Amino acid sequence: MIQLILEQALNGLQFGLMLFLLAAGLTLVFGIMDMINLAHGSLYMAGAYLAASATQASGSFMVGIAVAMLGTAILGALLEVTLLRRLYARNHLAQVLATFALILIANEVVRMIWGAQPVLLNAPDELSGPVNIGGFLYPAYRLLIIGVGALVAGLLYVLVTRTRLGMWVRAGASNREMTEALGVNVRLLFTAVFAFGAALCALAGALLGPLLAVQVGMGENILILAFVVIVIGGIGSIRGALVGSLLVGLVDTLGRAALPSLLRMFLSLEVASNLGPALASILIYVLMAAILFWRPEGLFPARA
Amino acid sequence: MRHTKRLILLAALLLLGASVHAADKVKVGFLSTLSGPGAGLGVDIRDGFSLAIKHLNGKLGGLPAEVIVVDDQQKPEVAQQASEKFMKKDKVDFMTGIVFSNIMLAVGQPIFDSKTFFVSANAGPSQYAGDQCNPYFFNVAWQNDNLHEAVGKYVQDKGLKNVVLVAPNYPGGKDAMVGFKRFYKGKVGEEIYTKLGQLDYAAELAQIRSLKPDAVFFFLPGGMGINFVKQFVAAGLSADSQLFAPGFSADEDVIKAVGAPMLGMFNSSHWAHDMENAENKRFVADFQKEYGRLPSLYASQGYDAALLIDGAVRDVKGKLDDKDALRKALEAKRFKSVRGDFKLNTNHYPIQNYYLRVIGRDGQGRVTNKSMGTVFTNHADAYVAQCQMK
Repeated sequence: MIQLILEQALNGLQFGLMLFLLAAGLTLVFGIMDMINLAHGSLYMAGAYLAASATQASGSFMVGIAVAMLGTAILGALLEVTLLRRLYARNHLAQVLATFALILIANEVVRMIWGAQPVLLNAPDELSGPVNIGGFLYPAYRLLIIGVGALVAGLLYVLVTRTRLGMWVRAGASNREMTEALGVNVRLLFTAVFAFGAALCALAGALLGPLLAVQVGMGENILILAFVVIVIGGIGSIRGALVGSLLVGLVDTLGRAALPSLLRMFLSLEVASNLGPALASILIYVLMAAILFWRPEGLFPARA
Repeated sequence: MRHTKRLILLAALLLLGASVHAADKVKVGFLSTLSGPGAGLGVDIRDGFSLAIKHLNGKLGGLPAEVIVVDDQQKPEVAQQASEKFMKKDKVDFMTGIVFSNIMLAVGQPIFDSKTFFVSANAGPSQYAGDQCNPYFFNVAWQNDNLHEAVGKYVQDKGLKNVVLVAPNYPGGKDAMVGFKRFYKGKVGEEIYTKLGQLDYAAELAQIRSLKPDAVFFFLPGGMGINFVKQFVAAGLSADSQLFAPGFSADEDVIKAVGAPMLGMFNSSHWAHDMENAENKRFVADFQKEYGRLPSLYASQGYDAALLIDGAVRDVKGKLDDKDALRKALEAKRFKSVRGDFKLNTNHYPIQNYYLRVIGRDGQGRVTNKSMGTVFTNHADAYVAQCQMK
């Protein structure tokens, strides 16, 4: 029983850390530039496809990840300079419409280049089996994801809280005009933050590719969760994104694992098997609603 | 005045002509899942269907064939729009191609109401085999339960005592669980329903680990199954629990993506690419030549769907408007299937043999399915008694 809970907690942690990679970029863009970027999920998709192609061409998963991160960062920077920059001054509705159009364009472009069917991206052979951790088996690849996710989260934390660049970013998030007035090149900063967020997206896409599927539209579902995360965590806050991601990851996994069996104790199999998964999938939205009720600004508001 | 009369005469002649003369072509609306994780299935059905038409020199029953292919994106609402267009704008004579039963059930009734024949090359929901059976619905593949029944029987005969069942929460998934349990009488450790289209099974696999079953039976078609098997092996569960699946979750599409970890897995099917008959040999050889991969059972079903239509159109000499004659011709099933002999039951579902297959290496070292033996002979579905065909 303890082993089961531990394993599910690890699964939740793995899912949460991957969500964090997406949410971190999203929350910075939203918090600093006051820009709703629905196309964030498309960058995640682009990263996964680039990783799949580069892995196939080079035979190395590491090269695949590197190409994906670099390529998507460049793509993100180009996108910011050519298009998104023009949207900062507009209202949120215009931003939503424009970036939603980007999603559609990105999906069609991917379909044209790679086709409608999912592309295969496999984890390296050495990582495709289980490892023994403290008496039970756990997939080596998921463990790697947890490691990478935790490392990136740590680095990001140091970057944002301990460096000058991070200070600008935090300053930009809490008061944009004042930061500009103090002589920070906000234009450049925005492009850099956007490219950095894109690279994190690509990392998530490349790491999750072998677990899920590299396919058209893969970014949309996970983007919804990333938005839930940043709303829970507080828009613009890296710490909030981390806590929110882990909360969502754990609640989603534990709910999916425990709810159906829990319901079965006092409901028939038929009802429980219908109700369980349905309830499990709305659990995170219940969590979001509850947090918004008591903390409307999220758990760690950036503009506190 | 004379002019008008002549016109009316001409119109009457034309109308008369339409009812007497045969159609000049056969229009088929092919609606299938061609994108997303279920795409592999739809693509195989489409390619099998196309190969049959190629073998028939671009014709169905001697008439030029026009096949309109549309992707349903595995979404019922998209499928509804597309089938509406097939009926009203394209005025197709036949429809086929649907992979998933929830989509079949969403679009079925309007198609039957418009008196368009649907020849299913895959989806075989229990509803359409039983009390909702319909003169305009034919299934050339199987009833959803059948392949699962065959696995249940084999697992039962093998004496395995504790099995966990995994299937997506949709009509086809429920048919799967019911079918398996119809012949497996041992303990069911747990019935796990997952979301249709789910790709990460970490939570379910941890649950399976804690249940310690002898065997795991899973029905997860397409990309779902690919991910499940990969993650099952990665979690180290294959050491303790044996995997069983219907042919859907252990066919060439899954094998191609997963590879060696699938060696030794037993599965059921009504067809196998190594079946010894002339039709099948030609089908398998030409499919490989055309598409560069081994055909899956889905491809064989698509191939047979085209042949069923071909035989029926030929039978009625192209008079596609005579619906009663066309239905009788479809019921008569005048073609040689790549699976060997079978016939259609009173509910328009097959009565046929079901076989056991195991995944091994063939002569060329490829990982692929091999036929093992027969599980059921001339097996009908369990719902036919509830069907009153009107």
